[in-house]
Amino acid sequence: MNYKMMFRFYALVCLLEGVFLIPSLCIGIADGTQRTALGFAVTMMLSWGLALLFKLLSRNAPKDFFAREGFICVASAWILLSLIGALPFFFSGEIPNYIDALFETVSGFTTTGASILGNVEALSRACLYWRSFSHWIGGMGVLVFLLALVPAGGKNEGFTMHLFRAESPGPEVGKLVPKLRQTAAMLYITYLVLTVLNFIFLMLGDIPVFEAVCTTLGTAGTGGFGIKNDSMASYSPYIQNVTTVFMLLFGVNFSCYYLLILRQFRAVFRDEELRMYLCIVVASVLLITWNISSMYSSVGEALRHAAFQVASIISTSGFSSTDFDLWPSFSKGILMLLMVTGACAGSTCGGMKCARVLLLLKGLRRNISNLLHPQRVQSVRVNDRVIDEKVMANTNAYLSAYVVILIGSFLLISLDEFSIATNFTAVLTCFNNVGPGFEGVGPMMNFGAFSYFSKLILIFDMLAGRLEIFPMLLLFSGSLPHKRRCVARTA
Amino acid sequence: MKILIAGCGDVGKTLAKQLSAEGYDLTLMDADPEVLETGIARYDVMTVQGNCGSMDTLRRAGVKKSNLLIACTGSDELNLLCCMTAHTMNPRLHTIARIRDPEYLEQVYAMRDAFGISMTFNPEQDAATEMERLIKYPGFLKRESFLGGRVEIAELRVDADSRLCNVALNHLSGIVKCQILICAVLRDGVATIPDGNFILEEGDRVFVTASSDDLSMLLKSLGIVTHRVRRVMIAGGGTVAYYLAKGLKNNRSIEIEVIEKDAERCRELAELLPRVKVIKGDACDRALLESEGLSATDTLVSTTGLDELNVITSLYGSGRKLSQIITVLDRMENIDFIADLPLGSVISPSKLCCNTIVRYVRAMQKQAGAAVTIHTIADGRAEAIEFPVDLKTRFRNTPLKQIKLRSNIRLACIARGNEIIIPNGDSYFAEGDSVVVVVSGGTVVLNLNDIFD
Repeated sequence: MNYKMMFRFYALVCLLEGVFLIPSLCIGIADGTQRTALGFAVTMMLSWGLALLFKLLSRNAPKDFFAREGFICVASAWILLSLIGALPFFFSGEIPNYIDALFETVSGFTTTGASILGNVEALSRACLYWRSFSHWIGGMGVLVFLLALVPAGGKNEGFTMHLFRAESPGPEVGKLVPKLRQTAAMLYITYLVLTVLNFIFLMLGDIPVFEAVCTTLGTAGTGGFGIKNDSMASYSPYIQNVTTVFMLLFGVNFSCYYLLILRQFRAVFRDEELRMYLCIVVASVLLITWNISSMYSSVGEALRHAAFQVASIISTSGFSSTDFDLWPSFSKGILMLLMVTGACAGSTCGGMKCARVLLLLKGLRRNISNLLHPQRVQSVRVNDRVIDEKVMANTNAYLSAYVVILIGSFLLISLDEFSIATNFTAVLTCFNNVGPGFEGVGPMMNFGAFSYFSKLILIFDMLAGRLEIFPMLLLFSGSLPHKRRCVARTA
Repeated sequence: MKILIAGCGDVGKTLAKQLSAEGYDLTLMDADPEVLETGIARYDVMTVQGNCGSMDTLRRAGVKKSNLLIACTGSDELNLLCCMTAHTMNPRLHTIARIRDPEYLEQVYAMRDAFGISMTFNPEQDAATEMERLIKYPGFLKRESFLGGRVEIAELRVDADSRLCNVALNHLSGIVKCQILICAVLRDGVATIPDGNFILEEGDRVFVTASSDDLSMLLKSLGIVTHRVRRVMIAGGGTVAYYLAKGLKNNRSIEIEVIEKDAERCRELAELLPRVKVIKGDACDRALLESEGLSATDTLVSTTGLDELNVITSLYGSGRKLSQIITVLDRMENIDFIADLPLGSVISPSKLCCNTIVRYVRAMQKQAGAAVTIHTIADGRAEAIEFPVDLKTRFRNTPLKQIKLRSNIRLACIARGNEIIIPNGDSYFAEGDSVVVVVSGGTVVLNLNDIFD
């Protein structure tokens, strides 16, 4: 393992995290909440101190950086990011227990939006902002952000592709343009433009600037931390509708936006994943509207709530405009399904991703047809392109790993003796980075009641879900080769 | 600038490494997804999988918005088809094709426009030409010429009994009676630009700049006796061997012997090269080499097509104290590992043609003050670049001792009119001069002004 090169990235991550803390610190100072501001300031110094330490440790780093280093580096960088990010909550005393603070932060960075707080409104504005901002950072990925800023590896060498792959969601991660740095920059610019648009539309709905900012950040990262106890329920229908639309937009593969800029409308329109995503959304909204129409005064209102919840769950944001835990079982069943599928690959959302579901279904169809015609040779095609068998094998492996982690975590947190629905949806919602589940972890409830052990399990699930399982599994697998002798080589 | 590379073999990868380090937008095309995977993992490039000769692959690779296509797949026919197709799709595209089969050379030249080819390259031919030069002027491991052949950078190995061993560079002028400059030293796989206090040690490979006349003086003062090569033995009868034998056959005083394993190929070579002695046999077979008179041979060229065999054959030859040994090593990765073995002059065809292409690419940029010639020296760890001095160049007419250059950079030579100046602290360059700069350690210098701190 090339630890020195990894330290180089840790140093940058710590440096960047310190910078990310600045807005919260400013808010803390402006609001005069001294202890909170102090918490942020101390964390900032600590983070920069660590950056310096890692920088010193990373001197004379050899250049070799392989897929293995990429996975481990991403997984450990995210843990580091969360460990530091939790400190402001802890130092300010607003979340007195460190594990709770860590849960809240991981939930933020992984864009889950599951909270342990019973009364969100009691938090200071600095902490509220930090919670929402962590969604925005985690949505596109902090290492991708680094790749957009820092010249890749100093010498334009392509090894940082491993980092990009390990952090970006989807079965096949490719570049938009030949240079990784430009690819990362373009993704972030798209992200930024959409975020600003979202903010403008929210401001037109006449809500306070601070609330608009936090809501926008939560929507953009498809995170779902609300700044009110009832999430989005008390906002006007206009705000809810704007959020619905933007949650759906942030769930679209960002390379589609790139194709739109290139005026390749046909390619976007024909994209099978996008079609599948939109079909699922429309079908779910219609079915749920029909199912819940009797609960609301008009079909229009039912439609609005159905659309909001569907967008919120499929994009794995986790905002709620109403307590959908009270909905009939059929609607809840649909929502649970949406938690698993998630939106498109290459977006900011979590879950399995439509692209993978598509590959799995097509692979299944091939297998069934192979039972009928055992000699038949058949390849899986998406968008008229043959999918490499390696990608198919990886997708199947992903499904296995997904099920194993789901069942394992479910068993472990069952020790807390909550109802099965509570336990199962808690795991499902954390693992898919959604946020709310049903019953004990429903949209109006929180995760505060779980034991610390369960919280740690859920923290692992959130990170595994965000990084698409394998980086986290590799980090804890123990089957990694021993440290290689670091021979300084000029590549 | 957007560059497409068709074919991700040895040459494709060498190019991808060099060109991506220089910051161009590269797209690699290949039919084999696994080869592409190694490409994308190592270099900052995009990849497109498919048949390089098909419109669909070229379209997906974005041929319409590209400036240059380099076709270096294993097949000449595919390279030609690729260039033709791409050029039809985008008439402004520059295309470079690798053409190896000597039978095609004529038509490729005559039908350049029909094929839409801007330049062709032939790694084997380049390697053979390089070998021919080495055989004609023995004494140095390698020579690269600049400024129209008036200045050369030659490579020497410091042996234990050499007069250069354990000498500080400041005292060099007492030993050699001519104007030379040691511009780079390769020691333990690291290329350094030495200063006056640098002491040469056994095993160092030094790179000397001097005018061509002074180089022969240098050999004399170092006591390296060179006599004309009379017998060349070529182990392996591949394309390089063919080109080399063909190039050397006009020189009646040189006797050439080719050893090739494959009977069919032997017959072919014998038909093509009537004056050359073709032997069917294994080049690794000691007894065969001896019975064919290895000890009476001046030059042994190992070009069997397998790097490993070449190394073994050359090591055997160096054990027999032959005066000149030339080894072909095609996979560049190997070079780090075996650089210290006594293999004589090491020639890598893919690296040689990569230099030619990089030169073409830099010339396409048409920057003011762009490099005229570029040579990679010291196993690719340093570059010697020739620049013209123009009005935009800073520090003109300033003595060199007052100019601060970036580290790892040495001004090796200044040419003013017919005069060649090996620079010292009082030298200066003026508009209209040409200079040769030696750069090590992966520093990229695209413009003469890049060398100043």
